[in-house]
Amino acid sequence: MSTSTATPQTAHGQPEAPPAAHAAAGLPHPDPGDWEPGRRVIAPSFAPLPGHQWQEEPLMSHDGMHVAAVVRQEDDSFTMRVDDEVWDAGFDKVWSPRFLPDGRLVAIVQQDGEWTVAVDGETWPDTYGFIWSLLHGPAGKVIAAVQQDMRYGMIVDGEPWETLYENANNFALSPDGRRTAAVVQTVPLGQADIETFTRGVYSVAVDGEAWGRNFMNVWTPVFDNRNDRVAAQVRLSHSEYTVAVNGAPWPATFPCVWEPCFDPATGAVAAPVRKDGRWGMALDGTLLWEARFFQCWTPAWSPDGRHLWAIVAPRYGSFTVARDASPWPFAAPVVTDLVLSPDGARAAALASHDNAAWQVVVDGVVWPGRWDMAWRPVFSPCGRHVAVRVKDRGRETVLLDGRPWREAFTTAWDPVFGPATANGAGMAVLLRGIRDGACERWVATPDDFRA
Amino acid sequence: MSATEFSGIAERRIEDANLVRGVSALTRERIERVVKAVTKGEAGARLAVYHETCMRCGMCADACHYCISHDGDPTYSPVGKMEQTMWKLLRTGGKVDPDDIYGMAQIAYTECNLCRRCVHYCPVGIDTGYVMGLVRRICHRLGVVPLYIQDTAHSHSGTMNQMWVKDDEWLDSLVWQEDEARGEIPALRIPFDKEGADFLYSVIAPEPKFRTQLIYQAAVIFDQAGVDWTMPSAPGWDNSDMCMFTGDYEMMGRLKRCHFEMAQKLKVRRIVMGECGHAFRSVYDVGNRWLGWKNHPVPIVHSVEFFWELLTEGKIKLAKKFDEPVTIHDPCNIIRGRGLMDKLREVTHALCSNVVEMSPTREHNLCCCAGGGVINCGPPFKGVRLAGNKAKADQLAATGVHTVVAPCHNCHGGLEDIIHHYKLGMHTKFLGDLIYDCMEKPGAA
Ligand code: SF4
Ligand code: SF4
Repeated sequence: MSTSTATPQTAHGQPEAPPAAHAAAGLPHPDPGDWEPGRRVIAPSFAPLPGHQWQEEPLMSHDGMHVAAVVRQEDDSFTMRVDDEVWDAGFDKVWSPRFLPDGRLVAIVQQDGEWTVAVDGETWPDTYGFIWSLLHGPAGKVIAAVQQDMRYGMIVDGEPWETLYENANNFALSPDGRRTAAVVQTVPLGQADIETFTRGVYSVAVDGEAWGRNFMNVWTPVFDNRNDRVAAQVRLSHSEYTVAVNGAPWPATFPCVWEPCFDPATGAVAAPVRKDGRWGMALDGTLLWEARFFQCWTPAWSPDGRHLWAIVAPRYGSFTVARDASPWPFAAPVVTDLVLSPDGARAAALASHDNAAWQVVVDGVVWPGRWDMAWRPVFSPCGRHVAVRVKDRGRETVLLDGRPWREAFTTAWDPVFGPATANGAGMAVLLRGIRDGACERWVATPDDFRA
Repeated sequence: MSATEFSGIAERRIEDANLVRGVSALTRERIERVVKAVTKGEAGARLAVYHETCMRCGMCADACHYCISHDGDPTYSPVGKMEQTMWKLLRTGGKVDPDDIYGMAQIAYTECNLCRRCVHYCPVGIDTGYVMGLVRRICHRLGVVPLYIQDTAHSHSGTMNQMWVKDDEWLDSLVWQEDEARGEIPALRIPFDKEGADFLYSVIAPEPKFRTQLIYQAAVIFDQAGVDWTMPSAPGWDNSDMCMFTGDYEMMGRLKRCHFEMAQKLKVRRIVMGECGHAFRSVYDVGNRWLGWKNHPVPIVHSVEFFWELLTEGKIKLAKKFDEPVTIHDPCNIIRGRGLMDKLREVTHALCSNVVEMSPTREHNLCCCAGGGVINCGPPFKGVRLAGNKAKADQLAATGVHTVVAPCHNCHGGLEDIIHHYKLGMHTKFLGDLIYDCMEKPGAA
């Protein structure tokens, strides 16, 4: 497994589309037989097939063996092309396609104004008013947000929640990929009805069942690692924020909070909190890290609960990563993409000067080189190695432990580490990309990266 | 007249359900506590310096369209408004009655549009807009906020956009506009969530709600210019921020974090924003800084600047020019706030054969009373807003033209109300309207 213990989420709780390697957490790696070092051309050219009016951006399967894209056919219908085949069915719209780690290709499709999901070209039996926000996890279930008859909730493998709501957003998935949660609006709200709003219309529904209590606002529900309890940011009044766990708010309130996360070892909940104009970290409502930061967000626990990490700003305009409240000596105007090693003892992050001159920082040490763009770091299963996809003057490559791959792609996907070995020897990294029009997979070894 | 003799606001009190409700729950102790927390804990040296250096010289009076529109009534002057609100709070240490807070809220939310014109006229550079923003902050923390703008702030917090647009409604608008636009440009596509695109295009929620044609037009312009762009399918697409104007800085920060994180997640090079001024201010200047960034974690480009780029780089070619005479309204938030007056003129002149400047113009142009939150306070305050815009109406009328180019959503709302109320017989246009009308569309069916 790779990367952090926390499901990466945006501030508003939309789980990020899991990057390939990240989504692979707990999932089988590509067949070991595919780990033979060297280059394999999957498609010498992925130019549009005859009769296709256009082809959208390609995507590659996690094992790098297949390439797919949304295509518009001669009859104006849309479908998915996979390698040189197309799905039988055509639709009015196809979007958000993605390969699941098990190789299935899913996409949201619309026909005659009704929406559903297609998995390897087979649509779910029913259609809905709208489907969006596709999610998937280790259990292999395909999950999405659904609207039917202007009622909102989530849908799992074609089965909507029994109860749907006035609205739903901030969709979340349990770590095992079996349970679902979302912020739901349980009470209708009239125009400019600020009194009802202030009394609380939002809750969290877990597998469709709402907490027994409403709040003024709720954001970023997150499951614990037992796939059981759910914590979320809540606002009790215009100026009182806290965290609620299974609907029960912490006794303490704060002027603001950010996304909570569960300590995998104890089940305690940590969340960044604001106090006296600075940010710190609270544990079950009590200040754990002194509120001395100008910012503190994206908290993540090590799996053993020994370390708590976050992105922090010790000085105004100067960001870094802190472990157990101790910032790295490195700082930059922007720090993003905090990722933990599988044991949570190490961390990697990206730093930028306002979205330019990206740098990779691992354990507080900056790798050589600055890049036009960088993607979320990926830890090897053993936790000793880090690979990062980067872009420089229009070409994309991969860095391994700070060393650039000798080749480059026009477009790349996130690297995937091979299975762990006891001593880290024989380590291989799957690199996937398009080069000179050809879709390629490379199994690279450390020798393939420049010294 | 001594400043303390001003009694204007008591005489022009306007009933607002949430101001009434908010004030009824106040105590003098709570007011004092919140005033101290904001003036000492949040505002710091800048406020103290302003308070100590304001000479009460009144030079700012002629800068404010409210004051000009009310025949120089000093209670509408910038210093008069500060005197009745923040200076009084500082002088008394916050020991004021709940009823005083009503008047202060009415002044701060509805008689100052935070346009920052007066800062250009003050010999010591006092920014009344900043001071009025702090009064709003106190009012927010006291729960005394006009109903309609509070409702908009609630929308932001519940849906991460300004207009209660649900996730699927946003997507539906994009799919619908893409379909519509394909009637004109068969190969057009609105690319959702395209990772690594050159820019993320963000808009304000009235576009999917009421003005979907603007999404259509933007899609046609970008498609025909051949640029690499994307729009997000999830929250983060709306760049607007009425929380900045209610004084709810925590929600403002949450909105801006959502917006920037969406751009970071999609790994775009920059964010191009639609034609909105206040949203630009929230992302370019205010919300980003509240979050602890000195600048912008992802570069922000307003449409005026982006259109200028498309035209100067030849990515858009014009098939014709707009022939009717036009005048240019300078939106406060992108002109005084960003200095885009030259680029706005270059784009307008490229598109229009006859441009008549307003007087005064550029950074001295008068505010339309919309992009600072006043218009969002809703119907109860529409009359006072329009009365405060008589100067703007006179300025518009003096141009003698019928078309006002205004690259800002709120300005359109404010100007349209002024035009209607003062029967000016004018109409407003976005730059996007003109570009869409005048450009070559080689991909058209
Ligand atoms: S409306 Fe504008 S000019 Fe008048 S006081 Fe406010 S910021 Fe100054
Ligand atoms: S011009 Fe400046 S110093 Fe003079 S009264 Fe106005 S704010 Fe005060």
